[in-house]
Amino acid sequence: MSRIPTPVWALLPIVLLAVLGVALVRGGLLDVLRGGAPPVEALTFERVTLAPDLIRVELVNGGPDPVTVAQVMVDEAFWTFTSRAGTTIPRLGRTTIEIPYPWVEHEAHVVTVLTSTGLTFTHEIAVARATPTPDARYFGVFTLIGLYVGVIPVAIGLLWYPLLRRLERRWLHFVLALTAGLLIFLGADALHEALEAAERVAGAYQGVLLVLVGALGAVLLLQAAAGRRVGAEGPAGRRAVAWLIALGIGLHNLGEGLAIGAAYAVGEAALGAFLIVGFMVHNSTEGLGIVAPVANDRPGLATLAGLGALAGLPTIAGAWIGGLAYSATLATLFLSVGAGAIAQVVVALYRVVARDTRDRPVWTPLTAGGLLTGLLVMYGTGLLVAG
Amino acid sequence: MTDDASTRPVSRRDLVRRGALGLAGVAAASQALRAAERGLPGSVSPHGAHEPGNAVGQGRVSDASIDPMVFLEQFDGGEVSRDAAGRTVREFHLTAVDRDIEVAPGVFYAAWTYNGQVPGPTLRATEGDLVRVHFRNRGTHAHTIHFHGIHAARMDGVFEVVHPGDNFVYEFEAKPFGLHLYHCHAVPLKKHIAKGLYGTFLVDPRTPRPAAREMVMVLNGFDTNFDGENEVYAVNTVPFAYHHEPIVVRRGELQRIYMINLLEFDLINSMHLHGNFFHVYRTGTKLAPDEFTDTLMFCQGERHILEFAYEETGRFMFHAHQSEFAELGWMGLLDVVERVIA
Repeated sequence: MSRIPTPVWALLPIVLLAVLGVALVRGGLLDVLRGGAPPVEALTFERVTLAPDLIRVELVNGGPDPVTVAQVMVDEAFWTFTSRAGTTIPRLGRTTIEIPYPWVEHEAHVVTVLTSTGLTFTHEIAVARATPTPDARYFGVFTLIGLYVGVIPVAIGLLWYPLLRRLERRWLHFVLALTAGLLIFLGADALHEALEAAERVAGAYQGVLLVLVGALGAVLLLQAAAGRRVGAEGPAGRRAVAWLIALGIGLHNLGEGLAIGAAYAVGEAALGAFLIVGFMVHNSTEGLGIVAPVANDRPGLATLAGLGALAGLPTIAGAWIGGLAYSATLATLFLSVGAGAIAQVVVALYRVVARDTRDRPVWTPLTAGGLLTGLLVMYGTGLLVAG
Repeated sequence: MTDDASTRPVSRRDLVRRGALGLAGVAAASQALRAAERGLPGSVSPHGAHEPGNAVGQGRVSDASIDPMVFLEQFDGGEVSRDAAGRTVREFHLTAVDRDIEVAPGVFYAAWTYNGQVPGPTLRATEGDLVRVHFRNRGTHAHTIHFHGIHAARMDGVFEVVHPGDNFVYEFEAKPFGLHLYHCHAVPLKKHIAKGLYGTFLVDPRTPRPAAREMVMVLNGFDTNFDGENEVYAVNTVPFAYHHEPIVVRRGELQRIYMINLLEFDLINSMHLHGNFFHVYRTGTKLAPDEFTDTLMFCQGERHILEFAYEETGRFMFHAHQSEFAELGWMGLLDVVERVIA
């Protein structure tokens, strides 16, 4: 036994599994096990885009069996179509179907795919409008959206910094707790949206479990990356927490930008002035949260700008990606990473306060009240953006 | 699927050709019309690079259990003999079998059929004939044949359920003359009809109708995903069959269509003829027309004889005036020509 090298012991079960797997597929045993059951078909509309007189549909096969697209209906009419990758989509495969169709601007259209077994998969285009093409104007519009929704509010929130510096310690703890409240709200919001997006992910990609991987992955990565610095005493540790908060909020804003960009691109979001203002009020509290840990440390202007950029700029990147290449899988992953990052930040914030209070209890009426206030502020400003 | 169009990149020329097909069906949907106009060779589309497609689906059906062009004019008079009283006896053989049929290009439906085809064969007798139908059930469910007509209760195909492997002989006098139908009446009724167990039972009057070019059109549809709604609509099972291959008609010749509505799930169906009007013989039970119209409504199981002749040559569309049905397959063309080249 001891003469056999270790790698053999590591590989032996894997090799055996592979052999058994091949035998199962090649040996026809699979057919016996299936017992003549009909194929299970599961198609997901990954992305539907519109160009003049053209509907482009990206389909993903998230089911266990290959699916053949036989016919395509638009608004209850059979229509001609072309497909780039063929009409038979293997498991986890994808294809793009192009339907030359004179769709009507601002109206709803329903695209239905009829498979060779007669099953139908349907997608509703809620408000038809041409999908933006990635030109200069496109990037301009989405940069503007990102600026207004992410960067400007965070920068405005940073302006609370001078106020924070003048606060007594116990009131600073109130603000830190308030920040934690804001973040918990954002985290829950991101998690909720991630789970919603997960519902639209093709079955095989296991949307809900993708949320777990994304969120826990973010927590662990941030923990590993920043663990020691965040745990340090004094200003260095607090600054690390501020950066961590900025990163967490940035990741959250990336997901938010993705959702906004995607909604805007497919014409679902009526991004009226009210909504923009709502997002600005909602997100300006994020700036407050970032500077709260370093309120007494006199960070330079460059540091503040850097913190603001880290938190706000991802919104722009998110809007670009969302408008250009939105997919439910991507959204699920981004949003869950944001949620995980925020969870990690909340833990770090707790440790900042805990270190500062030394041997006195962390939870006082002020800290508990601060956290609750944070939640309520987010809920209140959330009323402005909730659709 | 013999036509591999769906897996082949489509060139601009293909699109132009499809557009021209749309031109043939002039008043299809307005979209089809516009598509056709843009598809005219030499014309430049004002709407960018993408030529609008056509509401006729993709590819062709090749395994529908019937050839719509053959079925259209195929009448089964049965095995003819005379009984002791000198009466004409017509014997028919119908066998229920399960069969997958192609109900749209590349879309297969697990049908229940009479003689392996949907619709079942068009049975034809003359009023007063003795009709004897030898029914064998070789399907997987219990079935019957319920004929519309005047006959004895025990020949009604309702209570005498024929189980798989069993046989039954229906015997009755063909009456009254008119356009009738037959279908399975086993329960659940809706399922047994929707699955394809139906056909035309035509009883001619003793004095024959005037000579005409005769066609059978069974209006039907298929619920391929079992949601209680039809995904596919057709005349004689194959959607767009007579659109892809127009029915050639001689100018001035009397056309007689035996049209039966066997659509399930949708309460009504209809027939609209382009560029012409037709005489309606409701249920075909009279020799004088009831109505002169170009649009006719059919309830489930309702059937009428339509007669018309074209004064002009050219391509004329016929379709359900429910636009949805039309664009989901119930659409066809009559190509009126000076003389038919055999």
